Amino acid sequence: MGSEPMAVVLFPNTQTAVRAEQLCRAEGIQAKLIPTPRHLSSTCGLAVRIPGTEGERVRRLLEGARIPHGEICEL
Amino acid sequence: MIYFDNAASGWPKPPEVLQAMADFMERVGANPGRSGHRLAVEAARIVYAAREGLAKLFGASDPLRIVFGLNATEALNLALAGLLMPGDHVITSSMEHNSVMRPLRALEAKGVAVSVVHCSPEGVLDPRAIEAEIRPTTRLIALIHASNVVGTLMPVAEVGRIARHYGLLLLVDAAQTAGACPIDVEADAIDLLAFTGHKALLGPQGTGGLYIGPRVGTADLHPLLRGGTGSRSEEEQQPDFLPDRYESGTLNGVGLAGLAAGARYLLRVGVATVRAHEMALTRQLLAGLERIPGVVVYGTRDAARQTATVSFNVEGMDPSEVGMRLDEEFEVMCRVGLHCSPGAHRTIGTYPTGTVRWGLGYLNTAAEVDAALNALETIVRRR
Repeated sequence: MGSEPMAVVLFPNTQTAVRAEQLCRAEGIQAKLIPTPRHLSSTCGLAVRIPGTEGERVRRLLEGARIPHGEICEL
Repeated sequence: MIYFDNAASGWPKPPEVLQAMADFMERVGANPGRSGHRLAVEAARIVYAAREGLAKLFGASDPLRIVFGLNATEALNLALAGLLMPGDHVITSSMEHNSVMRPLRALEAKGVAVSVVHCSPEGVLDPRAIEAEIRPTTRLIALIHASNVVGTLMPVAEVGRIARHYGLLLLVDAAQTAGACPIDVEADAIDLLAFTGHKALLGPQGTGGLYIGPRVGTADLHPLLRGGTGSRSEEEQQPDFLPDRYESGTLNGVGLAGLAAGARYLLRVGVATVRAHEMALTRQLLAGLERIPGVVVYGTRDAARQTATVSFNVEGMDPSEVGMRLDEEFEVMCRVGLHCSPGAHRTIGTYPTGTVRWGLGYLNTAAEVDAALNALETIVRRR
């Protein structure tokens, strides 16, 4: 698990990130709220870390629920 | 002690509401929208839970369309002052609370045209009277969901259909109904719903907010306040997205923890169950009041057409004297006077004296209704 590649989804604000995390978890995706890594964005607040292999699935999920989000960045 | 002042503020609260607030203060305490550490994340989840619970109660599919503020008054000011520009026309009813009428009169002085549709002496609104007032410049219909004076329910769904037909926005003041009556913003075509947290939603004072539907563009609704949101911190312009655009400054985290617990309680019990219990109490109360000679009851006097708020007067007695004696001699607490709604009292014919108002809630009981009726009967007999 520790060596598994991870990705981070950026959100415009904290509450959107919480909503996205809940949606991912409801679909069985191991999502976790983390502080936004400063090298990825100057936005303060939260991002959602997901397994790197789930990027495409998460993107489709967020777009289906019309949740505004930024890039999905590999870590 | 009998508390019949739930139309002013709901009390008592379910124990889990108090527990959630104590838990927030003891265990969480952090800012719900700023930092990224575990306590801030926990606070953010609690605030989100409040949004999610209210969205479910109101039939809104996107919890981020709920924006939080101090109370229904702030939400109504945001909706009215944020939306209406000089030259716009707004239609409202003669049963509105001052939280709608005072902002509208101030906007009127700046060039917004205001039409007030008259309701019947029972407080009943004919939706066709709204339709008759529509002009090319009409932008908004602002309507109380249920009168805070006599409890009369307004035909919100019918007015919603009219609003959609003419391309207008509908703002509903749900201060008296959120948590007590079923609300479905999507089915009833409600674009803006102002609510307070401390009445039938069973949360604490200092919580409330506005549901902002998808037909309301954020560019068209100007915020009341601008400031820190924890988002887009590099920019000196207010964010244009929900809920941040309308939530500057730190939220009432502890209050929203309580409101989230109130919403959870209501979702578990079911608003339909709350409504059925309150209707039964109202029916019992109305029947009991009609049996006391010299008591005049206002409104529809039909539990199915009103909330559990009932206004009455005792012939030959000032409402303030009735209220004082109920409190001092029988420990029955209620509110007398004009209830911040001079227009409603003019409509039902009780201006400027006002009425005695008993505002019942879900946690009141049939035994309390009987005891309060006995108290009133004693006061009337001794008058």
